[in-house]
Amino acid sequence: MWEGILAGLGTAVSLQALLFLCAGCLAGTFIGMLPGLGPMTAIALMIPIASTLEPAVGIIMMAAVYYGAIFGGSTSSILINAPGVASTVATSFDGFPLARSGQAGKALAIAALASFTGGLISAGCLLLAAPLLATLSLSFQSSDYFALMVLGLVSVAAFAGSGAMLKALLMTVLGLMLATVGTDPGQGIPRFTLGQVDLIDGISFLLLVMATFALAEALLAILRPADDSLRQQEQQAMQRLGSIAISAQEARQMTPVVGRSSLLGFFIGLLPGAGATIASFLAYGSEQRIAPKTQRDSFGKGSIRGLAAPEAANNAAATGSFVPLLTLGIPGSGTTAILLGALIAYGVQPGPLLYIDAPEIFWAVIVSMWLGNVVLLVLNLPLIPYIAKVLAVPSRYLLPLILFFSVTGVYLVSFNPFDIQLMVLFAAVAVLFRLLDFPMAPLILGFILGGMIEENLSRALLIYDGSWSFLWQRPLTMGILTVAAAVALGPSAVTLYKRLMGR
Amino acid sequence: MKRWLVALWLVLAGFHAIADSAAAANTTPAPAATNATPTLSSTKPLEHIHFLIPGGAGGGWDRTARGVGQALTQSGLVRRATFENMSGGGGARGIAHTIEVNEPNLLLVNSTPIVVRALQRVFPQSFRDLTPIASVIGDYSVITVRAQSPFGTLAQLLSAQQAKPRKVAFAGGSVPGGTDHIVAAMVVKAAGSDPRSTKYIPYDAGGKAMAGLLSGEVQALSSGYGEVIDLARQGWVRILCIAAAERLAHEPNTPTCDEAGARGAVFVNWRGFFASPGLTAERAQAYRAVLAAMYHQPAWHEVRERNGWVDIYHPGEQFVAMLEEQEASIGTLMQALDLL
Repeated sequence: MWEGILAGLGTAVSLQALLFLCAGCLAGTFIGMLPGLGPMTAIALMIPIASTLEPAVGIIMMAAVYYGAIFGGSTSSILINAPGVASTVATSFDGFPLARSGQAGKALAIAALASFTGGLISAGCLLLAAPLLATLSLSFQSSDYFALMVLGLVSVAAFAGSGAMLKALLMTVLGLMLATVGTDPGQGIPRFTLGQVDLIDGISFLLLVMATFALAEALLAILRPADDSLRQQEQQAMQRLGSIAISAQEARQMTPVVGRSSLLGFFIGLLPGAGATIASFLAYGSEQRIAPKTQRDSFGKGSIRGLAAPEAANNAAATGSFVPLLTLGIPGSGTTAILLGALIAYGVQPGPLLYIDAPEIFWAVIVSMWLGNVVLLVLNLPLIPYIAKVLAVPSRYLLPLILFFSVTGVYLVSFNPFDIQLMVLFAAVAVLFRLLDFPMAPLILGFILGGMIEENLSRALLIYDGSWSFLWQRPLTMGILTVAAAVALGPSAVTLYKRLMGR
Repeated sequence: MKRWLVALWLVLAGFHAIADSAAAANTTPAPAATNATPTLSSTKPLEHIHFLIPGGAGGGWDRTARGVGQALTQSGLVRRATFENMSGGGGARGIAHTIEVNEPNLLLVNSTPIVVRALQRVFPQSFRDLTPIASVIGDYSVITVRAQSPFGTLAQLLSAQQAKPRKVAFAGGSVPGGTDHIVAAMVVKAAGSDPRSTKYIPYDAGGKAMAGLLSGEVQALSSGYGEVIDLARQGWVRILCIAAAERLAHEPNTPTCDEAGARGAVFVNWRGFFASPGLTAERAQAYRAVLAAMYHQPAWHEVRERNGWVDIYHPGEQFVAMLEEQEASIGTLMQALDLL
């Protein structure tokens, strides 16, 4: 094994490889920053370049592009509330409030450090146990995935706060309803499509999130021009915009959060049916729950823990998803499916024998993940002050740019003008909702998880011939659902107990 | 003030650079004439083909169009190939667009679902509203079980299915009524059982269906040969039968479904090209000529190997005959399944 690692390191640290590693990181970061363009587009764009390189170098460059694009995606979530991929939705919950309070530089630095650590820790796990973990990644069945998605929904839906509970629940339900538009996963029949051919494939996540987050944010800013005192505050905030200084106390707060979230993210990432999105939601929800009471309320308002947890988890999960990819050739997401295609193009056959048949490639991939994360941090930390200054662009220039990039971002994925009309419609409705103080995050959450919950539940029901017996027959399903029930009912149970005890 | 204008300009210029590189990725330039294989002087090179892909980037249609486009330009059979992705309606928008613009340079890539979805009336049009050019590649359907499965042969699987149909679930990577479901039902029907007794479990992609099989929640998998070949070689899964008319040359020990007990169960998931309805016969022949010539090119062999494809070239009349045959057999089966 050590010879393999050394050989991989040998390829990875050649001058050529390092050059392409840096180029890949920069290109990935830049593409990922544009709202709408995520890791999938970034990798697809880079394939023609990477295919002219020798396999090890090409794979290293692709990994760099991948991590770069994930980091770039967090940047647009934090700065302009435009999460281009589902896995960075949780990042915007606390990242955007932090940036708006003038701490954009710090928020970006925290995100970079958290994803760096997450990537490093899970690449370490991968290095130690990839072949063994393959069996683990196959132990989850549809009913277990269903339970896991329910846990994800419960753990984050509750964070909306006690006051706005009803509004948050209503938005979650609306999200669940939007997820049902399109082709029924169990029957293959179009439903709620209003006879529109363009709705047969359902509403795309990107469209919904760009309309309700980025577009609505920009439109609201136009509707509510800041008054003078606010503008003065903003001017003051801009002074420290670029500062990336993290205090020792903040670092101490972050460390255990990042450690826990990385491990959680890695294990969720192993499951081909779960992935980075669920990982980030679960990490966010569980950190909110175990945070000290004094800090719990700051979640959603610019909490450092709330930013570090999903960032560490989504990067760790992205690395974890390489386990089923490399050892079984099973891609868990669209992005890993493209990566799989690229690997096969190099003549690499992913499978349990990959690390025996082609050790230099196997280890080169794993070593390249480490290097990709290191280079990403080294390249991006010095750039953060400049990236953060995007927010200092006067809103009369920044807002049209946000509108332009969100709309083109959505159009460039589907090339369907209908999507633009639908997007404008959703944005108008979202502005209305936000003026009435309805939160948007539960809507997105319900939408993302709703589709996956329905798909796995209907599959489990099909397998068990319509009987719900899997709820108690599968120990794993029952275990996860018990945890979900505890999370959902725990707080009220504690209150009830206290009341009964007469306190 | 000025600084911001400069910054704005830089951002826009950067975006242009990306858009340009995207456009570059979309256009495979023709190489210098020296790269062209001289043996094909008889085939007149075409000036330009615009490939219309009715789905997103990275899918099967996308890879087919780009692979064929690359092989054609690299071997000098076509001077310029451009690609356009147009998703929507599971492919319906691309078909409608092809009919609407009636552009002779346009080639629409499609596959077996054009037959299935037209039968289901998901698509208002069928292959008859277009000019079928040729099928180029294909993937035979296979029935697979995992290595620890008690079923060693297709006959064992099918007799278990006959005895207890609810205990034998077939996984597949497409919706009910899609190709994977149809193949599973075809095998069950060929063994003499009611095709409606087929217990079919849909997954949203082939990879997830494979993960489902390996997790043990389903007993068998209906998929394309290309999707199972690597795990079969490494001993994780066992291919019970291939739905081809004859055994594959490189897979002599795996029986056809017909031999293994499902009489007459043959199913190939082809991919091919269609042109606009008003295409002249000459132009259609020119397309078929360059595609036929492509099979002898090293550039094509490389693309085919890289993707694990099988050549299935049926031009013109043959292609139409295959489409009609497939339409008839799928139609009967879907009626038997109460899907129509």
